[in-house]
Amino acid sequence: MAVHKRSYRAYSGPLTPAWSRFLVLYRYARENMSRSRVQTALFVMCFFCPLFCLLLIYLANNLSFLAKFDVRAVGLLNIGNRFFLGFIATQSVLAFVLTAFAGPGLISPDLANGALPLYFCRPFSRAEYILGKASCLAILLSWITWVPGLVLFAVQSSLAGFGWFTGNLWMAGSIVLSSWIWIAVLCLLSLALSAWVRWKVVAGALLLAVLFLGAGFGQAVNHILQTDYGYLFDLTNLMKTVACHLFGVETDLPISQLEAWGALLGVCGACLLLLRRKVRAYEVVK
Amino acid sequence: MSSISNVAPSSPGGQPATGPSAVTPVIQLQGLSVRLGKRQILNQLTGSFSGRSIGLLGPNGAGKSTLINTLLGFYPPSQGTAELLGFDIGRNSREIRALTGYMPENDAFVSKMSAVTFIRMMAELSGLPAEAALERAHEALFYVGLGEARYRKLGTYSLGMKQMAKLAQAIVHGPKLIILDEPTNGLDPPARQRMIRLIREMRDSKEMHIVLCSHLLRDVEECCEEVLILKQGRIVHQSNLEEERRTNRRFLELEIWGQTGALTGAIEQLGCECAVAAGNRVKVILAQGVEVRDIYRLAAERDVRIRRLNFRRDTLEDIFLKAMES
Repeated sequence: MAVHKRSYRAYSGPLTPAWSRFLVLYRYARENMSRSRVQTALFVMCFFCPLFCLLLIYLANNLSFLAKFDVRAVGLLNIGNRFFLGFIATQSVLAFVLTAFAGPGLISPDLANGALPLYFCRPFSRAEYILGKASCLAILLSWITWVPGLVLFAVQSSLAGFGWFTGNLWMAGSIVLSSWIWIAVLCLLSLALSAWVRWKVVAGALLLAVLFLGAGFGQAVNHILQTDYGYLFDLTNLMKTVACHLFGVETDLPISQLEAWGALLGVCGACLLLLRRKVRAYEVVK
Repeated sequence: MSSISNVAPSSPGGQPATGPSAVTPVIQLQGLSVRLGKRQILNQLTGSFSGRSIGLLGPNGAGKSTLINTLLGFYPPSQGTAELLGFDIGRNSREIRALTGYMPENDAFVSKMSAVTFIRMMAELSGLPAEAALERAHEALFYVGLGEARYRKLGTYSLGMKQMAKLAQAIVHGPKLIILDEPTNGLDPPARQRMIRLIREMRDSKEMHIVLCSHLLRDVEECCEEVLILKQGRIVHQSNLEEERRTNRRFLELEIWGQTGALTGAIEQLGCECAVAAGNRVKVILAQGVEVRDIYRLAAERDVRIRRLNFRRDTLEDIFLKAMES
């Protein structure tokens, strides 16, 4: 198939390992994401909070510096579990906004133009397809959640000393675990919704609707049925319950850990079922 | 993707796959049935096809595309099984896909990607390293005639260009078998001719086998050696077109003026069969090696005038219509 000969020629060169093929999708999806200026701007904005937290950690560990300016609120700068929970909560909100912009563009274009048969007629499975697309979003969200969280933890450890590090090492685990739970939920939700509606803009709107309408619906259920189970429809409440437990902070929400975990697993399961149904070469119309 | 394996798509036994040998059929169907929902789409298909180019014919809704999708592992068989290039479609679908290129019937592309980026990505998903994939993507696009338009976004392509782009992605990784589902759909006559020429060229390169699915008899007749005709999910005819062409009997219908007996006797002496009907009409089945000009010569020698002569041979259309009537 040489260009100058314009004749067909078979390929007989080396092949890449089968396990690494999903990284091809990751690479192309990342390139596609980086073309959007809005997403890039949003991504940069997500680092303002970590920078501010970095400043707070520096100030909290340099009380003499604050004393020069006669600052009386020195006691408020307590770097502990509540500080890191607040950081993760703030970054989680930003992660959600970033997902609403970046997530739907991963699968929708493939579905909108019927490209899936071309992916799946190759030695490439549906699981690898989902993994490739989700990994792009997961890595993007990692950069703004647990990665800066661990950097802050490392900076605090270096400033506060080895004693603080050993006494609060569990918090590093909480940062990583709570971030990954949220990342997994967001990835699956955005992929499933974009696979369902096949239209990028609508999928982004639907993602926002799931968050806000879910909370509203939950409140309505609570008021009408005089129950607390309505909170299970609110993703932020579920995540808050789980994260508070991981960081050892008391929460005023009336739902238990088990219920919150169950509801989050239910959401993930529903998303996987939707993906299983929609992400296939040809949809069987019954 | 730092490391590159040096292993070509292999057979279950671990041997490098080199395509079907003379004894390995390209497609082998063993009681294959497919049910989608409550509908039986394919019903007990059995057969073996070894030609370099196999045509899949049938009216709309006969199950052609379903058969292709089942062979590629998109639909699970409800009963029976099939082999493609010697690999079982259930157990070795990954090996089959490594050796196969597929051009679907409907639109299949990512509109905001340039053709070269899209084809390169498809080549990489088939296992080609990034550099080789880029090189092959350029080559494939030049090969199908989209060289000048390869940096344009696929969404801006015309229907004919999209068809060619689909062909390019199907051949970019150098498959042993290429499955083309209605490749000339929506093409104008020159574009259709170009597509047919490319298919024949690939067939004649002897580097790959071709399965051509179409409801256009001309496409199949021009490109294929073997033909499989489906009707309502069943195989109603399968044959080797080359052999059919060789063995096809040729018919003549003559209307003559003069000594009928003298002419028919002479024609029969050439080994042909003759039947005389009313009104000086003669029906002749030409023997091998006998041409129409021989009949004219015999008539001239006997001073018999041929007032009308109809010559015909079995075409794929005849075969298809017979199969549909069966």
